[in-house]
Amino acid sequence: MTLPKLTGAQIAWRAAQDIEDGAYVNLGIGLPERIAQFQPEGRTVTYHTENGVLGFGDAPAPGQEDWDLINAGKKAITIKPGASFFNHADSFAMVRGGHLDLAVLGAYQVAENGDLANWSVGSKGVPAVGGAMDLVHGAKRVAVITDHVTKDGKPKLMRECTLPLTGKACVTRIYTSLAVLDITPMGFVLREKVPGVSFDQLQTVTGAPLHIDETVQDLKAPEV
Amino acid sequence: MVEIAAQIGDTLSDIPDGARLMIGGFGGSGAPIELIHALIDRFNTTGQPKNLTVINNNAGNGGVGIAAMISAGMVAKMVCSFPRSADAVAFGTAYMNGDIELELVPQGTLAERIRAGGAGIPAFYTPTSFGTDLAIGKATEEFEGKMYVRERWLKADFALIKAECADRLGNLTYRMAARNFAPLMAMAAEVTIAQTRTLLDPGGIDPQEVITQGIFVDRLIAVPSPEQEEALVRDEVNYA
Repeated sequence: MTLPKLTGAQIAWRAAQDIEDGAYVNLGIGLPERIAQFQPEGRTVTYHTENGVLGFGDAPAPGQEDWDLINAGKKAITIKPGASFFNHADSFAMVRGGHLDLAVLGAYQVAENGDLANWSVGSKGVPAVGGAMDLVHGAKRVAVITDHVTKDGKPKLMRECTLPLTGKACVTRIYTSLAVLDITPMGFVLREKVPGVSFDQLQTVTGAPLHIDETVQDLKAPEV
Repeated sequence: MVEIAAQIGDTLSDIPDGARLMIGGFGGSGAPIELIHALIDRFNTTGQPKNLTVINNNAGNGGVGIAAMISAGMVAKMVCSFPRSADAVAFGTAYMNGDIELELVPQGTLAERIRAGGAGIPAFYTPTSFGTDLAIGKATEEFEGKMYVRERWLKADFALIKAECADRLGNLTYRMAARNFAPLMAMAAEVTIAQTRTLLDPGGIDPQEVITQGIFVDRLIAVPSPEQEEALVRDEVNYA
């Protein structure tokens, strides 16, 4: 059975709607980076990148790259008026010190207590952690955006993560291809779900109990 | 007292086998390519230095810089946060063959360990890595209801960094995001060697604009037209 679901871009669009005016935000490498392109009109958001830039903008036009001006994913960026540069210790003071309003990361697995696994799939290959373990601590809100299930259909939202942890009890909200959920002392609380997917269908593809504490809204996103 | 070298090789001639080297840069931005390549030249000529421990955020890309040091067989151990990327073939091959040791450190912890090393702080507590595999064997403690992991300072024998502008007293500025780890490494190494695009007389840098103070810098070499690692990697340059 194939459930109707949001595309990656649509998940990014939905996450972007929750970023408030004036926020300082770090977007992880990959799908989270795409959130910036869906920032709603009229809001000012300042983006932070681990390698020492606050207030960066879009990618430069091809051929205009300056490789001393990159983001944590080593992609060329531009800066906006009011941007600043700083060293790596100051950059992570912004992260761990509670100065970011929001960090958005990808995930292999999220547990119902907010544990996150997103850096290692086990022992094979070269391990690499980057800034993920730092980013999950300190930001006022830590959100995850991800497909609801793995490529072979297994749940990514679980009672407990089975892959190596990035951080314990750190995630506060999850945007998936099927739903928006908050992590609460109860566990996963369903806030929105894609119309056309029933609560029971959603529960079947979720590895931990779903809870409802207020009306569940429709999760809708435009074609983007 | 800052030494101003006439030849780039003169700045590196006393780096011994087994030395701990901090090398500035994040990906290609800030990588002191000319210093690294001069060290490889010395190794190719004399067989030294080898068995090096290299501290950098990454583990080299393509066939230049730290990747070329690894391919040359100079590096026994990498201390870094992200040794995996599309172009990190040299490290990946050495690691899978068991020819190189890896100490994997979360990026912010790496930065703070280096800063602590330079600031005379032997250990500190961070929330980063608590409850994960990277905290195994480390002391933990609760502060105000939250758990933290104790991390040790990180120091080095030499630091190799890239500045945009230096004066003859060793005061440095950096170009945009090329700053990254360099100011921290300059503090944490016994001997800090900086290559600089511009070398000015004292007073040539406005005191308000100085990022790294000359007290942290030991040797300078002017490299007026430095290569950019990312550009070399994209051009598939191999330094051997």
